Amino acid sequence: MKYDVVVIGAGPGGSLAARTCAEKGLSVLLVEKRQEIGAPVRCAEGIGKKDLQRFVEIDRKFIAAEVIGAKIYAPDGTEITLTEEMAGNEVGYVLERKIFDRHLARLAAKAGADVMVKTTAVGMERTRDGVKVKLRRMGEEFDVECKIVIGADGVESRVAKWAGIDTTLKLDEIESCVQYLMTGIDFDPEYCHFWFGNNIAPGGYVWLFPKGNGSANVGIGVMPALANKSPKDYLDEFVDNHFPDGKIVEVVAGAVPVKGEIETAVADNVMLVGDAARHADPITGGGIANAMKAGYYAGIVAAEAIQKGDYSAKTLRKYDELWKNDFGKDLARKRKLQQKLIKMDDETLNKIMHSLAKCKLEEISVKAIIKEVLKKHPKLLWDLKDLFL
Amino acid sequence: MGMPKKRVIVNRYRCAYCGACIAVCKFNANELVETFLMIDEEKCNGCGICVKVCPMNALEVVS
Repeated sequence: MKYDVVVIGAGPGGSLAARTCAEKGLSVLLVEKRQEIGAPVRCAEGIGKKDLQRFVEIDRKFIAAEVIGAKIYAPDGTEITLTEEMAGNEVGYVLERKIFDRHLARLAAKAGADVMVKTTAVGMERTRDGVKVKLRRMGEEFDVECKIVIGADGVESRVAKWAGIDTTLKLDEIESCVQYLMTGIDFDPEYCHFWFGNNIAPGGYVWLFPKGNGSANVGIGVMPALANKSPKDYLDEFVDNHFPDGKIVEVVAGAVPVKGEIETAVADNVMLVGDAARHADPITGGGIANAMKAGYYAGIVAAEAIQKGDYSAKTLRKYDELWKNDFGKDLARKRKLQQKLIKMDDETLNKIMHSLAKCKLEEISVKAIIKEVLKKHPKLLWDLKDLFL
Repeated sequence: MGMPKKRVIVNRYRCAYCGACIAVCKFNANELVETFLMIDEEKCNGCGICVKVCPMNALEVVS
């Protein structure tokens, strides 16, 4: 079997990459190790409206809920409501990833990509003019030859290791997460909700994202370097305190890379996309939007490289340029902000959040929030002011 | 006679096959085979970094 490009991993990043390659006329194989694309979900499923619309036509089928803003709860329990200037507009969606991921994979297939599920990449070796990818499908091993491998294989990426890009995460570069899909709980379904505090979720936060019909994703991310028990223990404590009568109808776990911008997501014949390239936002933990952008850029660069007949790291470096110019710098400054935030005690967090009470922001974004904080407490984040103003 | 080798074991009833342990292992000792976590005893030296990152408390260092 021969392809121009093999994409490992059929999440949003991988599917966008495969679709873009196919649309550019390349032959492409999209490989997913699980037997079902999109399941089990490892995600809180939130995404900004604009980010989603950039790459996909909105279809009600994969939108579980829409939200108009965020409610943040300070460690002392103070509730702060954040909305945008343009009141009444939904600012974000909560996706149904099981449907969304399959939809994206289908779009890739429709564009001409081949898709294989229940198929694991178990190795990779460079040949004279390309790469031989070793795949295992239902116990049977076989090789696929290609020119370029796009590693969209998630936080546990193997492609990165094979390509010699060391993306191993340290205990302060990862958020360890657990999430319950809950019903029978009382919350305002027009908002996403966030709880902060060193006793609630050290180095992270608890979230509640509405999923329609009175259900919600209630989850937690904690930084293992700061935690003194497991995320599940923290989440159980939170649920006992806030939603003792809620019913848990699904449990998922996951990990989010919060390392910030990596030096390069490229090696000879290889590009990394999404969580594999540590593209998730170090503050929010959001990863879908950046993964889709990265997948798109990787597809574009793959097409150019194939056209040139040059798949060296030097040529593929164009991909680094594209993702770094788009959101790499943002990852870097969010990492700096995160390093600052994780050192704050609850008293300082309370002070910051109180100053945000009833803010009408230009937009709901970390940048807009930090701008407000800088106005009111310039000293607290002084050394970050140039990054965010 | 050397010290008994340390290694990591997984509690299958707790593991939610999320891949967190793999992301922090610099020895590439563990692997998620579809939804089944495998730990390579040859590569694992029992450092326990994966135990700290596991969201579900499913891992344990044993001798």
